[in-house]
Amino acid sequence: MQQLIYFFQKFKYFLFFLLLQFIALAITFNNLSFQKSKFVNSANAISGGLYSQVANISDYFSLKSENKILLEENTHLRNLLELKNIVSLNKDSAIVDATLYFQKYTFLNADIIKNSYANAFNFLTINKGKKQGLQREMAVINSKGIIGITDNSTSNYTRVQSILNKNSSINARLKNNRYFGSLKWNGENYNVVQLIDIPRQAPIKVGDTIETGGRSAIFPEGILIGSVIKVNNTSTVNNSIDVKLFNDMSNLGPVYVIKNLHKLELETLENTNNE
Amino acid sequence: MNKIVYFTLLFLILLFLQVFVLNNILFLGYVNPYLYIAFVFLFPLNKNRFLFLLLAFLLGLGLDIFSDSGGIHAFAILFIAYVRLFFIKLYFRKYEADYPFFDIHTESFGKVFNYVVTLTIIHHFILFTFANFSFQNITNVVLNTLFSSVFTLVLYFIATFIFTKKQ
Repeated sequence: MQQLIYFFQKFKYFLFFLLLQFIALAITFNNLSFQKSKFVNSANAISGGLYSQVANISDYFSLKSENKILLEENTHLRNLLELKNIVSLNKDSAIVDATLYFQKYTFLNADIIKNSYANAFNFLTINKGKKQGLQREMAVINSKGIIGITDNSTSNYTRVQSILNKNSSINARLKNNRYFGSLKWNGENYNVVQLIDIPRQAPIKVGDTIETGGRSAIFPEGILIGSVIKVNNTSTVNNSIDVKLFNDMSNLGPVYVIKNLHKLELETLENTNNE
Repeated sequence: MNKIVYFTLLFLILLFLQVFVLNNILFLGYVNPYLYIAFVFLFPLNKNRFLFLLLAFLLGLGLDIFSDSGGIHAFAILFIAYVRLFFIKLYFRKYEADYPFFDIHTESFGKVFNYVVTLTIIHHFILFTFANFSFQNITNVVLNTLFSSVFTLVLYFIATFIFTKKQ
């Protein structure tokens, strides 16, 4: 007993140091697994509040370019709407089909208040939370393409796992045919992500457009991601293709969060298959 | 000035300076200074080290919360906070009896330079190794350590030059 007390006396700083290092390591490992970090993230009230105060000011500097992007998107959507009108006018009889009115996705808007793209595991913070109905595993996009998946929500803020995160994996496919693979990031260039596990017989050319595949319960089908810039001709294990993102991930403003209304249904279906 | 007020202010200023200004520099896309470790250099030596270790840990943890990096800043800054005494012994030849009289601003520049450079490089190397979290891209870790260390050191010495000249 005496020796034990002596031991603690002698190494008390070292033991304290080890304890704190152990806590830091535990937090680090927790942070790397999706949705486990409950406390140490920027979506809490203090850091979220401070970030949104700073974003309030810095948003003014990009107002002009944001307006332009908004106008471009509006033009695009108006054109789509015009096409839709023609289609409905050409129908000679009114078909009432209840399933057509079944809405599958609902969109919410949010602002990015904190962005990071230079690390290997990047996260964003947006200024909407549980109060506005945000949950984990919802898609985050903007008019140019995908951004990430929501990770952790507090009442007013949500953390988003960026596609520029070594842990993220998103179902993606070629736009002109239906071959699909998964989208990963190797942590090097923040403009370039990798499409892996795409079948070898898929005809891929430089310049092909990549979009989301709709095989997950998170992203709707057909949201743009980027274009192919490098095709791997040698036979490697995972057949990796470099994709340049349409989004400039270092310069993001307002975003949309997509909620899948059928998610619960899909998940219960998938779970029963496993049993 | 009152010591407690001074170091509380230093803690907060370094934290917010790092979070809102220095983390957004990203020179050439990835080179960032990590000036918050100046807290370890400036905090007075004390025989009782619990407070110092705890404060260093909290500063790192605060930065981790803001930058969503898990606990890597806390780990790295706590490590240099713990090994600080060893390098003080090595470079300045100060022992426990000298701690109350030790002031980093009155030491010769050569010794301070060695001390600060060593701790900065150790800190940055640990930080980038954990941030990378794999055995790939080791060259990136080394390059990041090198460039960011230079950036941090330049900022630190400019800052000390500005703030101590007026005495």
